[in-house]
This record gives sequence, structure tokens and C-alpha cells, in this order.
Amino acid sequence: MLATNYRGKRRIRVDRDAPIPEIQHTQDAIIKVTRTCICGSDLHLYNGNVPDTRVGSVFGHEFVGIVSEIGNDVTNIKVGDQVIVPFNIACGECIFCEQELYASCHESNAQSTALSGIFGYSHLAGGHQGGQAEYVRVPYANVGPMVIPENMDLDDAVLLADILPTGYQAAEMGGIQKGDTVVVFGAGPVGIMAAKCAWLFGAGRVIVIDKEEYRLDFVRQYANCEVYNFLSLEDPVRFIKQITDWVGADVCIDAVGAEAAGDALQTITGRKLLLQAGSATALQWAINSVKKGGIVSVVGVYGPTGNLVPIGNVVNKGITIRAGQASVKRLLPRLIKHLQDGIINPKELITHRIPLEEAADAYRMFSGKLDYMIKPVLILPTVSL
Amino acid sequence: MNNEIKDNSHIKGWGIDADPKNDPTYPIQHRKEGPFKYERKDQKQQPITQEVLHSNERPNVSAVYGLGPEPSGLSGKLRRFAFEHGEGEFSHWIPLILADRVNAIEGVLDDLKNGKFPNIIIEKGWPAQWKHDKKGLIKKLSIYTAITVGTIWLIVRKK
Repeated sequence: MLATNYRGKRRIRVDRDAPIPEIQHTQDAIIKVTRTCICGSDLHLYNGNVPDTRVGSVFGHEFVGIVSEIGNDVTNIKVGDQVIVPFNIACGECIFCEQELYASCHESNAQSTALSGIFGYSHLAGGHQGGQAEYVRVPYANVGPMVIPENMDLDDAVLLADILPTGYQAAEMGGIQKGDTVVVFGAGPVGIMAAKCAWLFGAGRVIVIDKEEYRLDFVRQYANCEVYNFLSLEDPVRFIKQITDWVGADVCIDAVGAEAAGDALQTITGRKLLLQAGSATALQWAINSVKKGGIVSVVGVYGPTGNLVPIGNVVNKGITIRAGQASVKRLLPRLIKHLQDGIINPKELITHRIPLEEAADAYRMFSGKLDYMIKPVLILPTVSL
Repeated sequence: MNNEIKDNSHIKGWGIDADPKNDPTYPIQHRKEGPFKYERKDQKQQPITQEVLHSNERPNVSAVYGLGPEPSGLSGKLRRFAFEHGEGEFSHWIPLILADRVNAIEGVLDDLKNGKFPNIIIEKGWPAQWKHDKKGLIKKLSIYTAITVGTIWLIVRKK
């Protein structure tokens, strides 16, 4: 089968003869992928910033597909169903899953106790092969996969696997109250979704900060928000204080994570020298821009070691930090309803449709933000566009 | 909040998920009564058919695990060493980062051993960069070339 194959930092090969995965466990399913995306967090793997990313890994945690085979104990889905597969792999039974913390499942990742297994996200996340391939093995198929409602566009469905739930949870974790001012750092797909969803919680004002003018233009229209390019601001933190009556925002959201630009020290130590787990510029700005007693919500992905963040300011300002990988399964029913009611239209974010065979080009373009790319979908050769 | 509550009702869906209880002390998860302890319930163990390194902060291999590449070669040795150390230790993470770099070289050697010459230009997506960002690619390649030539020159001069 056709599958991506990580060969080292910024090198993706597409194999034509990769083996088709097989059932390994009675609750497994094999899914024939029909849509798969590259996520901003895949770029952390691509750029070699996530430890234990092994050569030969298949990336991809955002995908939908058709069930082609099921294990003996799978009862919730059947062969032929079209399903959304949440990016986190959850058993549904451990103490964390019982609390709906599906991103913290304890029975899908042997290598790290910090997070659940994630498809195609290195051995740090359990070594599960990903969905940027024609077929993918999906463990715990009774728990994660959800049948795609009739009439739902597959382009919408594939964005329910990660970015919409992640953006939504970013806003939810912000504890936004009616009238709150919310600042979202990052106008990538997750930041765009977070800005859009902030309104659903009653935000009074939504501000997005980024450096890519085309993304700011998009989010201004898509999410009805104010946008500012930090390249034109001498000091983004001071600017946010200034436009919030010198108090700071009620809620700040870090939707950037380890690849943040904007601070030379963070960039050099976090992205170039790997002396910290990525560049924490967005988190630093979020902590410093939020009001005293405010809330910082973190969905940007960082590595597992440590980062330079102003923890003294967190203490002194009495800030609450809420963070987490999205609990996709918990959020799917509500988000599907929002989609069906026309409140959110995720597929508008898709700017590029690229054949899976050209995945290396797609990664390069996404990483370099070339050709005004916001969200690329990789199309399988056996699937009509 | 900084401003008076604005009327944002023109925004589709505004406020439909507002939840005054969602303050920071309101847990998103369904709370369970403790005390908590680790126990495997009905999850069956996936047969262990390959080498699975597991964190020393858990007692076992998780009920399911991924079938990504197994540890092998020098990078495998580094990974095995890393997993002797806890997740909070740099002695866990630094060998893993090092192993990834070694693994990339092993990958090239494996390709050559199998008679395959890796097409670095395609794998790095340079055709796309050439199409959309010629200047950036030329700059990058110029820097690579200068570093390579400079290094060779230094080595040759020393000899």
C-alpha cells in the first residue's frame, strides 16, 4: 500500500509497497483511509523536535475512512461504515477514560505515562502507525471511531478528528464568561478554530495574534475577530495591555506550541539548539498578557522536557493555567450538532488538496507556509476528489 | 471582563455553549471517587510480538501498543538505555534525541545496503519549495554549500 515514511529531520518518503496493517487485537479495526490531513503538530515531528521519532514511522493523526476489517470483539462499527477516528487512542475503561479524559488513556501508550497513544505521533505517543497511508490499524475500535452522519461532507468530517475539537477545547478550557476578552496566539488551523469557538462561549471580544498576514486576513473574516501582526508591534504584551484598558485579557490561548517565532532567545534555544522542548514564545506572551487572576489555556504542543516560561509571573499574577490534548470523543456529539446546525463550517479552512504521493512537498509547503497554505488535505489515489 | 457586555448576537451561535459554572475550579472531566489505583480491567493484552520499550513509571506494557519500527542498531541501544531512566530525567530524553539523529544515518546506510539511493531532493520537498519559494531555497542551498566547502577547506588546510 501507499504510505508516508519518515526518514529523518525534514525528510518524508512515500512508499508504494508498505505492508497493509493487520488485526493484532480483538478490538482492532483496519480502516481504509479516505481523507487525511497534515496537522501543525505533525511539523514538530517533521522538524525532528519530538524525541523517539523513529525512521520508518508513518505519520498522520487526522483521518477518516471506511472500515475494511474488524476484530472479533468489535461491535460498535461494522465493515463498510464511514468513520471519524479521533486522534487519541482510548480504551474507554481505565480510570482516566472513565473520567472522559480520553487523551490520557493509560492503556494505549507504553512509552510515556503523560499521554494516551496517538496515531502517527512517534513512540512518545505509543509508536502507533498513522493515517497518512492507504490503511491504518485502529485499536479499541469500540471506543474511538464514530460513524459519520449521513450527508456530512468528508472534508468537514476529517477536521473533526483533531483541529475542531482542539480549538473548541482551547476555548472551553479558557472558562470564557460572557463579555470576556479572549486573545488567541496563533492563526493556524487550531487558533482559527479557537477564535471561532470563543464566541460560542459568549466572548465579548476575540483578538488573534500571528505574523502571517494571509492567515490573519482569513481568521478576521472566518471568525469575526480583531487581528494583529506581531511583526508590526514593538512589544505584543504591552500592546495587549494597552488595548484592554491596561488590565490584560481575561483569557489567553496558546495555539502555537513548540514552533513559535517572535523571540530570538526562545527560537535559538528551543527550535535550533533543542535546549528546551520547543520555543515557548506564545506561552510566554500568553502568561504576560493575561490579566491578574486570568486564565491561560494551552493547546499548543510542546516536547516532554522543559521550557523557559515566566512561572514567577504565573504565581505573582495568580493565573490559572489549563491545558490538555483535546478529548475528542467527549466533544464529538456536540461539535457534530454545531456542524449540522451550520454554526461551524470547518472545511472552509482547507486550502490545498494534494495527492498522498506528494506528501513530502505538502510537508515542505506547510512547514514553510508557502502558497498561502492554511490546511492541507492529502488525497488517497483510490479516492475520487 | 474588560468591557461592557457587547451584543454579539449577530454572530451565529454566540453564547450557545456559555457555562457560568466553567470557572477554573469546575472540572471538565467527570470526577470519580478515589482513591485511585492502577488496575487492568477487561482490556485484553495485545500479544507482544516485537520489542516494546516501556516507561519505567508504569509496571507493564499497555494493553495495546503500536507496531512502529522496533529499536535496532546503535540507535536501539541508545533507546534501551533511555528507557532505564524515568520520564522526568534528562538521561531519558537526551539519549532519545541522540538516537533519532543516529537513526536517520542508519536509515541512509540501510537504504544503500538494500541498493536504494535515497532521493533527498524529493524527500525534502525541494521541488515544492522551488515552485513557491525559489529565493528561500537558493539561500538555504547557498548556506549549506558554504558550510560544506568551508569545512572541507579547513580539513584540507590542516593536513
